[in-house]
Amino acid sequence: MEVAIHGIGLLAPGLVGWETGRAVLAGLRPFQPDEVPDPDAALLPANERRRSSDCVRWAVQVAQEAIAQSDLDPRDVPTVFASSGGEMGVFDKLCRSLATPERMISPTLFHQSVHNTAAGYWGIATTGQQSSTALSCYDDSFAAGLLEACTVVCVERSPVLLVAYDLAVPAPLSQARPITTGFAVALVLVPPSDGSPAAMSLQLEAACADEARGLEDSALARLWKNNPAARSVPLLRAIASGGLRTVSLGLLDSQQLILDLGPCRI
Amino acid sequence: MLSSVKPMTPLVLSAYTLVTANGRGVGPVLQALRERRSGLKPCDFEDVTLKTFIGRVAGIEDFALDHELARFDCRNNRLAWLGLQQDGFMVAMAEAKQRYGAHRVAVVMGTSTSGILETEHAYRERHPRTDALPDRYRARYRYTHNMFSLGHFVRTCLGLQGPAMVISTACSSSAKVFATAARLMQAGLCDAAIVGGVDSLCLTTLYGFSALQLLSTGPCRPCDEDRDGLSLGEAAGFALLESSERVGGRGTVALLGYGESTDGYHMSHPHPEGAGAVRAIQDSLTRAGLRPEEIEYVNLHGTATTANDSVEDKAVYSIFGARPACSSTKGWTGHTLGAAGITEAVISALCLAHGLMPGTLNCRRVDPSLKSRILRENQTGSLSCVVSNIFGFGGNNCSLVFSKL
Repeated sequence: MEVAIHGIGLLAPGLVGWETGRAVLAGLRPFQPDEVPDPDAALLPANERRRSSDCVRWAVQVAQEAIAQSDLDPRDVPTVFASSGGEMGVFDKLCRSLATPERMISPTLFHQSVHNTAAGYWGIATTGQQSSTALSCYDDSFAAGLLEACTVVCVERSPVLLVAYDLAVPAPLSQARPITTGFAVALVLVPPSDGSPAAMSLQLEAACADEARGLEDSALARLWKNNPAARSVPLLRAIASGGLRTVSLGLLDSQQLILDLGPCRI
Repeated sequence: MLSSVKPMTPLVLSAYTLVTANGRGVGPVLQALRERRSGLKPCDFEDVTLKTFIGRVAGIEDFALDHELARFDCRNNRLAWLGLQQDGFMVAMAEAKQRYGAHRVAVVMGTSTSGILETEHAYRERHPRTDALPDRYRARYRYTHNMFSLGHFVRTCLGLQGPAMVISTACSSSAKVFATAARLMQAGLCDAAIVGGVDSLCLTTLYGFSALQLLSTGPCRPCDEDRDGLSLGEAAGFALLESSERVGGRGTVALLGYGESTDGYHMSHPHPEGAGAVRAIQDSLTRAGLRPEEIEYVNLHGTATTANDSVEDKAVYSIFGARPACSSTKGWTGHTLGAAGITEAVISALCLAHGLMPGTLNCRRVDPSLKSRILRENQTGSLSCVVSNIFGFGGNNCSLVFSKL
């Protein structure tokens, strides 16, 4: 499958925005994983933003950054949102309330608990009516999202916005899923054409290897290991370094995505 | 931007199965449809005291998953396991694995609840001083509550090694699995796919829909002038999809088209004109290469909330007029949320296979403001093309077209 990358959004400690992130990932700037300030997610209407979860603001922030680079109207772009656990912060609040004798839960919190909450808020913010999928594949959610997004590009001949995100999990749920830092990434993928700033071909192969290959920076390797959305780092680093290389992404224990990158000017 | 939707190659449902409150396997479902017998009963789930009716699957509490499946043990995966055991489905999957190879069969599942009930229970047992969750829960989150748990479980049960994912877009989850599987097959990434969905009763959805004031106090009454909300249910359903170009499948039920859209309007209220729903239905017809007048029966989302049934009616009427028979089968099963897509896909397949159009159960007097032709009594006779609608939270819509090849 052949796709072109027309926009990238990034938000993680030390990787705030694609411009900064690209320089860090290309080795031009040191990786300093400081705490990330609450993202603006300026596309969200004020009242939606006020009610929104962290996941929503992180996802919308990277989505709007990637879409802006692509020059596409977001209303024309179907979306794929990939997250291992979704709204873990909302689950924590709901399960706390449900553990009390009254079991009173907020209706807003309840509708924000669905796995497609970020996708839904993105749709409301952009008034888009294109298809939107939200999925999970545990630690391989980015790879599964990329697979779904690329099949939409290739089968439906349509641009796609892929957003992958997982946020730090609050205690005590963190005892079951110890994700300690947030990570969100967005890619605008389009059918390939001449003059694309970054072209990528994707193949699915049988394999069982799944390591943070080539991540010499131990802090980046820790991020890769800690947050499922950070499994995108080897791909982002290859793009930041100008492309012309091959990246493999593990998909479950039996397959891998082989990504061949052409020259990247994004 | 112009729509790029093109006709698709039909996908044969080579095997399918369903477990709902009506019973285990498609036999009891068909019998309940024919006898107009609801699976809804006054809520008796755990210690819940809400005044509402539910479609609970009997017997889930009476066994546990063991041996290599023990780590997956939770209500949602037990229900999945019950589903896999019915209608010769395991045998059909073993044959497909033999035919194509374990790497060439994809697993695409849908759920909204996953095994969140396990986390609800664990939170009650937090350590009073440290807030710590029980040890036995911690290691099992991945295999029970995490959204991928169902995909992992089904893949493990069937020994499959192809691509796998869990779609979770609230109520449209296990309708959208058909679209994702169709694309994976079209892109050559697999030769066949098991699609399906499982959703199970839990406190989050019971108290959540109660907080939204969307629960009926009695059995839900879709399209009725006095409808007052939905009844929650639980279900597991699966289908094996294979390309009609490879297996032929004359006379069998096939997926002809899918349409996906969003409302871009509100998290829990449908678009007032049903704009997203219209788009999903239209795209499903385009992919099927069918005109609206070729559709004989529409299986409505028909949740029995005031808003859903009236907005869905606007959307359906604007495309089909009052010609096709329309009904909701939620009065039998309840709203099975993330499993609603597969529940109603399998019911649609049964309708096609047996020439049955079920009249809307519990609808005493059709809401006079609805313009579509709402069926109240069962009709029998040959049936060749059906549309199934599923709409969900986040304004997420999916329509599927099924037909007999």
